[in-house]
Amino acid sequence: MGEQLYDIIIVGGGPAGLSAAYSAWQNGAKEILVLERDREAGGILQQCIHNGFGLHHFKEELTGPGYAQRCYDLVKDKPEIKILVDTMVLNIGQDKTVTAVSPEHGLMKVKGKTIILTMGCRERTRGAIRIPGYRPAGVFTAGAAQRMVNMEGYLPGKKIVILGSGDIGLIMARRMTLEGCKVQAVLEICPFSNGLTRNMVQCLYDYDIPLYLSHTITAIHGKDRVSGITAAKVDDHMKPIPGTEFDIDCDTLLLSVGLIPENELSRGLGIAMHPLTNGPIVDQHRETSIPGIFAAGNVVHVHDLVDFVSEEAEIAGKYAALKAQEQLPEDVADIAVEAIDEVRTCVPQHVRATAEGETIRLFMRVRKPMKKVRLTVKSGDDTLLTKVLPVAKPSEMIAVNVPAAKAKGHHADWTVSVKEEA
Amino acid sequence: MSVETKQLNCINCPMGCLLTVTLEDGKVTNVTGNTCPRGETYAHQELTDPQRMLTSTVSIEGGELPLLPVVSKTTLPKGKILDCAMALRSVHVKAPVKTGDVIVKDILGLGVDIVASRDM
Repeated sequence: MGEQLYDIIIVGGGPAGLSAAYSAWQNGAKEILVLERDREAGGILQQCIHNGFGLHHFKEELTGPGYAQRCYDLVKDKPEIKILVDTMVLNIGQDKTVTAVSPEHGLMKVKGKTIILTMGCRERTRGAIRIPGYRPAGVFTAGAAQRMVNMEGYLPGKKIVILGSGDIGLIMARRMTLEGCKVQAVLEICPFSNGLTRNMVQCLYDYDIPLYLSHTITAIHGKDRVSGITAAKVDDHMKPIPGTEFDIDCDTLLLSVGLIPENELSRGLGIAMHPLTNGPIVDQHRETSIPGIFAAGNVVHVHDLVDFVSEEAEIAGKYAALKAQEQLPEDVADIAVEAIDEVRTCVPQHVRATAEGETIRLFMRVRKPMKKVRLTVKSGDDTLLTKVLPVAKPSEMIAVNVPAAKAKGHHADWTVSVKEEA
Repeated sequence: MSVETKQLNCINCPMGCLLTVTLEDGKVTNVTGNTCPRGETYAHQELTDPQRMLTSTVSIEGGELPLLPVVSKTTLPKGKILDCAMALRSVHVKAPVKTGDVIVKDILGLGVDIVASRDM
């Protein structure tokens, strides 16, 4: 395969990549290449066999594989879209040359007028959270265990402890129970759960699985195989409190302790990264600091709903397609969007305003769980949007639109604030 | 007459609304806290006959993977979920299968079909 020129090269064929490809196609891109390292497209959805996906995006409740199938069906028979699976991207050059390797094509170089980064994220591991103790078999990330149980047909163990109450941890607590395993406990270092409420109810309460908030693991026992763990209560600084330790028997420990956007390729390119999202800094079109390179989905910031991933990827796909066709409207101002007060992160981090103005959708996460908060978007001293939300949680991304009529002409830097109402 | 209030989280969607339900003599008379009509329906259902969706896998022969993900076509009684999951562990099918194909008809006589979640 020679160095072929594409309108758009999309790195990663998960929900973000497939949604970006479809949107780029809808917006006139003619040569679209999707590179996927797994044996099929669909990404992590293929192992998320539970339901609850797609209510926003497809207006229907779907399973993960069902959602992936929908995304795939939209792109599969389009002659303008080529999907290469079993293909690992090794490098992306500043000139938008992509070097990739696959068993079928060997080492290949392709070039894009634009590139969309949709590599998703990966799980934090035991090393990332530094649990002391032996290194026996039986310690898995929850996602690795999910792939084993749902796709490959193995059970990682029979008696399970789960560290971390994020959604994957909760979903796996139920999944292991349905497969006949005993889930001994879920431990969470925060004083609140980091998963969706519906998952707390359906995955833990339904099966009487104990949840220990403000607890962590201080030791893993077992030499060849995990034989148990020691748990302890933590103080306000998340430090274990001496004297509160107790042991739990188990043969398997699953870790659901956070996700990290997978940005080795982005860093190799020298793209400006945000220290809190761990993803590229993007404008409202999801264009990164390098012109013509876009990013969307979990590689930008970790989402809790795939529906929002698709939505964001459609934005990236559209504007990458317009850029490739040299139809991207010229911008007249570069406005910073700053997260303040209880807003921890906000994407996009800046807006390239056009003369006509456009609706700007903001995705944000708050620092702590709160009830009755006021969300305010300001440009300088002018309020662009303000509304009261009944609840705000770190685990649930908040999305709001600043309408075009409001956004237009407001070129002083923006602030996005969430504050508890008195 | 005995009046009591219960709090429960709606599980219809990721909003997870906190519902406050008033029960008079065990009958639901008022639901607040819901942001859409499904919350009210859920509260009635959950306090009389709780229902859940079931997702699991069955083994498949001749597919790209050894397992096929499956989902219940509609909800099942919550108390029967574990029995249904156990029943699915001994189901074997042959590829090819299309999304929505019935894998187990009328599981455990509960009137609900188990269908394929994807093509394989």
